[in-house]
Order: sequence, then structure tokens, then C-alpha cells
Amino acid sequence: MSKIAVTGDDAIAQAAKLVNPDVVAAYPITPQTIIVERFSDFVADGEVDTEFVCVESEHSAMSACIGASTAGGRVFTSSASAGLMLMYEILQIASSSRTPIVCAIANRAISGPINIHGEQTDQLLFRDSGWISQFAETNQEAYDQTIMAFKIGEHPEVLLPVAVGIDGFILSHAIEGVEPVTRELVSDFLGGERKSILRLDPDNPVSIGLLHLQDYYMEARAQVRDAQQRSKQIIIDTFKDWQKLTGREYNPIESYQMDDAEYAFVTMGSGAGNARTAIDELRANGEKVGLIKVRVYRPWFGNEFSTLTKNIKGIISVERAHSFGSPGGILGQDVKSTLFDSKQTPYMAEYCYGLGGRDCLVKEWTEIYNRSIQGFNEGENLPYFWWGVRE
Amino acid sequence: MTINIIDIRLHGRGGQGVMTSSYLIAEAALLEDKHVHAFPTFGPERSGAPIAAFARISDEKFYMKTEVYEPDIVVVQDPSLLSQIDVTAGLQQGGLILINTNDPNKADVQAIKQKRPDVKLATVDASKIAKEEIGLAVTNTAILGALCKVTDNKIIKLEVLETAVKNRFKGKGAISDKNIKAINRSYLEVTI
Repeated sequence: MSKIAVTGDDAIAQAAKLVNPDVVAAYPITPQTIIVERFSDFVADGEVDTEFVCVESEHSAMSACIGASTAGGRVFTSSASAGLMLMYEILQIASSSRTPIVCAIANRAISGPINIHGEQTDQLLFRDSGWISQFAETNQEAYDQTIMAFKIGEHPEVLLPVAVGIDGFILSHAIEGVEPVTRELVSDFLGGERKSILRLDPDNPVSIGLLHLQDYYMEARAQVRDAQQRSKQIIIDTFKDWQKLTGREYNPIESYQMDDAEYAFVTMGSGAGNARTAIDELRANGEKVGLIKVRVYRPWFGNEFSTLTKNIKGIISVERAHSFGSPGGILGQDVKSTLFDSKQTPYMAEYCYGLGGRDCLVKEWTEIYNRSIQGFNEGENLPYFWWGVRE
Repeated sequence: MTINIIDIRLHGRGGQGVMTSSYLIAEAALLEDKHVHAFPTFGPERSGAPIAAFARISDEKFYMKTEVYEPDIVVVQDPSLLSQIDVTAGLQQGGLILINTNDPNKADVQAIKQKRPDVKLATVDASKIAKEEIGLAVTNTAILGALCKVTDNKIIKLEVLETAVKNRFKGKGAISDKNIKAINRSYLEVTI
């Protein structure tokens, strides 16, 4: 099929349309995305069978999603920034109730000061919640990953909610070409309707979301921990299944120009596109640099990451997110703790960049590279650095 | 490996459909199997405030996702912007600027000619065309016909732009035909 011209928001809405969820519950006001606005058009036009529940807050949106999911439904929603903050309490209930809700996120800065532009801190703030957490670099990836998210989350070995993030505005409001798939393909891929093992059913009463005190709370949390671990293989298998159908390859940890690389950028989301472009230019000048793109952030694919960094002299971790008072970045902490176990620990430089949607040009990625290499050559790790901040 | 990318920056005011212009360019380019990334700058989106949008186009796949600071082409949809912002900022040497104006001899247009003698300057009265053909002074489609002409149909072809307009206004009645008329007129009436 020829490509369709869609924004990132639209790409995700189109993907959700093909999935045809049973329920979408969302709060429609800022910082909501255009994703559910577009999806509500599909509902109004009769293009999907979905029940659209327009609620009064994000807290209620996620609550309604959990209700629908525990009743056995296939459920989708989206949010961003402050919306996720208001949803935060219920995000934890979604994972502990083992509801495979898919939530698309147009990653945006969090207040304050008030800002609505691209930044991934919002999604990283529920890093520890038990959600499977993914990021997309392009609208095509956003489209594909949204569809795959349902299959991963609903797998009986997993039963966890899945977040798919796209950088606000840089993808959410930008048009790119997306190669579409058919509803039949999606239906076959997902195996028809959701098959829930345990659900609220008047004929077979069960209780979900009960009190777990000192006696069972840890076991319930350990089950989420184990599901996260089990999801790794399911994610890999699902990506492979998708590749068979579409020819498009997906890996939890992606690499670019890593075969003979001595140094590597590590990043997530749309910034990887600028890193690739900088790498092409640096390679033209003889620099042996590659890219490690973290597509799936939770669960963390440490082994896959280590395989790529075996022969690397220096890592340059660059993230559009921040954690005040932290020894480094959020992604950076995962990278560092993974490298701690490696036989030859590479040098490391960590950068925070682009908060609140601030642009970071390709030449700046090159500057980040040169600055880092200079430090590595002097035999030093570079302290955590906020790129481009006016002092 | 250097990829040949055309960067377009469009200037207008909030409410004039500048974002739609960039989207239409992208939609047309995609119909020709090109690779695109097109998006608006978002600031405080007040009606009438100066805003910009970008379209990045290439025959080859590219990955860059920044805003456009050194455009090959600048399109100015609102002539009153000429005296308010530096529309030629970063414009490539020998680049192209297309301005919507009812009089190419006006001082602000001539000032651009003097400031940047290296660039190709084209003008079209897109506001008049839009008013007469569409009934509204919304120039976002009208000016794109002129863009096809002054780029020799190399970035987007006129007939492909027509298809993109038809797709965008599908099911919206006569508005599609009116926009296509406006595009064709600006294609013919643009002057360099």
C-alpha cells in the first residue's frame, strides 16, 4: 500500500482504529492529544465498534479503562504531561490489577513553568509502576508499536499495561509518510478479540483489586515483577511476528553503525534521528561512532544492551528528560548500572538536553560527541551535563 | 553520504492556515513517494500572531527531526510580516523567497531585494486570488500553486498538489474546486 501522510497523533489514532478496541476512555481537554480527538471521529462516523467514554479527568479516564479491562475488554487511551500526573495513582492500579490497557503518550514537558512541548520526563516518571514502556522515533514506529502493544500486553504470560511514547510536537504534530496495514492483518495478528483469562463475570464471580497487607502484598508485587521479566521474550516474539507480516524490523534495543563502533550515543525517541544524521557526518570524517536506541525502556533489556557495548570505549547517553538531585540522567542510571557488570567498563558521558521542546541541532549532537571524546581521551568520565543551558 | 534535502519555511499569521500549507506540501510530496517531515512551530497560538511552519523534503530517506533554520525556500503568506520579522533569516545563498503581495514595487518587498540580491524573489497576489476564487483571504492553498511554478514543478508538481488538495477537502463540496482554481491562478500569475 502507498504511504499515508499523517501526524504522529493521527498515526496512532489510525492504528487504534484498526485494532478496534472495545472501550476508549479519555479526558478531552489539554494536555490531551489529538489521538483521542481523531479517534472520537471514528466512533462518531461508525468506523469502529468502540464505546467512547468521555470522562471528567485523567484519574477517571484510567479508572474507566481499568473497569473495562477487568470486564475483559480491549482498552485504549492516551494522555500526556500533567494528564499523566493526574493519572499517576491509577496507573499503578492498572499494572497491579494486570489490565493490559494500551496508553499512547505524546511526551510533553511537565509544569512548571507551564510548557506543552516535547520532553520524555512525563513517561519516565512512572518508570517504576510496572507498565511496559516504549518510545518511538518516527510516525511509522508509533503506528506499528501501538498495534504491537496490544498483543504484548494481552499475552497471558504478560497481562500488563503498555505505554507507547512519541515526542510531543516533533512527532505528534509533524507529518510523515506511514505505510499502513489493513484491518484484516491487524485482526489476524491480534488473534481476533481479546481473550481474557480472569475477568469480572456475573456467572463466575471473582474479586479484583483487594486489600493485600503484610501477608500477601509482596507476593502480588513480585507477580508484576515476574510478568515484566516474562514480557521480554513476548516482546521479542511479537516484534518478530510483526516483521514477518510487514517486513519492518523491530528490536527492544536498536543499533545503528555499531559493528565497528568505538563510541556510541545512547538515546530514546525522535532524538535518535538527529543522532543518526550526526553519526553519518562524523563517520564521513572517519569517526567510529554508532547509536544505541532504546525502544523498550521497561522492561530493561540489559543483556541486549551489553552485547552492543562489549567493545565500546565510551558511551554518550543523551536524554530529553531530567531528575533533580539525581547522580545523572534517568536513562543514564540504567545505562550505568548495566555497564557496571561489564568486564571492561567504557567511559561515560551523560547529557540532559531539549527540555520543554528546545531544539538540539545535528551540529549540536556533533559538538556533544566532540566534547565527550575529548574527555574520554583525557581518561575521564564526564560529569552529568545539561546541554545548552544559559548560565 | 550527503542527502539532498529541500527545507521550506512558511511565514504567516495565526489563523491563516500556515500549518495546513506545510501539511499540503508534505502530502503532495508523499504522493510522489518522497520523504517528508513537516510541522508548525507552536508558540502562544493567538489569532494574528506571526507563526512559522516547516516542510523538509527529500527523494531519499532522511532522519533529521529539527526545525528549519537555514531554509532553501521561504514562503511569506502575509505581506505585513515583511516589516515586522526577518523573513530572510538563515535563507540559503541563492535561495528562493516567495511573497504574497499586491505590489512587488512596495518598499518592504524592494528592501528584501536590496538586502538579499543573491536570492530569487517571486511575488503573487495570493490574497486577491483567494478572495476572488475562494471567497476568503486565506492564502494557504493559493500560494502553493505559485510555489510549484517558481520551483519548476521540481519539489511538488501542480497536478500532484491538486490531488493533495482534493484529498484534504474530500467530502467538503465546492471548496475543493475553488481551492484548485486558486492554485492554478497563482501558478499562472506569479512573477519573478
